[in-house]
Amino acid sequence: MTLVVVTVMPKRGVLDPQGQAVRGALEHMGFGEVTDVRVGKRIELEIRGHDPTGQASRMCDELLANALIEDYTVEEPG
Amino acid sequence: MSATRVAVVKFPGTLDHESAARAVAAVGGEAVPTHHADTALPEGTNAVVLPGGFSYGDHLRPGAIASRTPIMGAVKRHAAAGGKVLGICNGFQVLCESGLLPGVLRPNASLSFICRQGDLEVADSGTPWTGGRLAGEVLSMPYKHHDGAWFGDPGGSRVVLRYRGENPNGSIDRIAGISNLGGNVMGLMPHPEEASDPLLGSIDGRVLFAALLI
Repeated sequence: MTLVVVTVMPKRGVLDPQGQAVRGALEHMGFGEVTDVRVGKRIELEIRGHDPTGQASRMCDELLANALIEDYTVEEPG
Repeated sequence: MSATRVAVVKFPGTLDHESAARAVAAVGGEAVPTHHADTALPEGTNAVVLPGGFSYGDHLRPGAIASRTPIMGAVKRHAAAGGKVLGICNGFQVLCESGLLPGVLRPNASLSFICRQGDLEVADSGTPWTGGRLAGEVLSMPYKHHDGAWFGDPGGSRVVLRYRGENPNGSIDRIAGISNLGGNVMGLMPHPEEASDPLLGSIDGRVLFAALLI
């Protein structure tokens, strides 16, 4: 079994209202040094068989990410 | 002649299938309940409705998981053969996630759930979905959603309906509903099924269900 970590993030240039809301909250709390926030998601996959990274990339293309608005990275933290 | 059969698809978390079935009946069609795990549409299906709700709890992205269910293979074949498909709210999200319509529905710019009656303008009078109404004519119906901001390239579709006045969710070009270039697949965030009975204050939504029968 191999642990593969997929990170899905809103594409640069696509409005991320969640990130903007968090940035606004941080500013109200006094963290004025934060100039931008983007919120994405981390997906952990336990994969059996060979080429777990390649399999995870295919899963991203077919389901886990929407290429119109999201980018993804795939890592085996090993 | 028997009534036109309209498959009303229910996924886990679909909410508006009964209202959609009533709207189909209101225009003289026969609504046929259809299950997400089926691999074929019911015998004799003429048209398909994907109703609103929160299929699969909106997990991952709204409509993403429903768009990969077995029934969607059958819906794609139906659409490829020129059959009519109407996706409402979550059904619109499913159509975009399945590739039957371009673009994607993103969270409202306000990040708030919106629920109100609103006016829509007919943007393209050339599709069957607005029953010959001219561009600029107004349809009143409610909308209720959290992820209704359509994002994409409008050039890959026909913009059928726009929000009139203020844009409630931040969609590109105030888009409320689009069809594919062929005109047989239609998706919109507002709820025509909740504007199909005089008791609800508007019957403007019936025109979209009537389009399923022609």
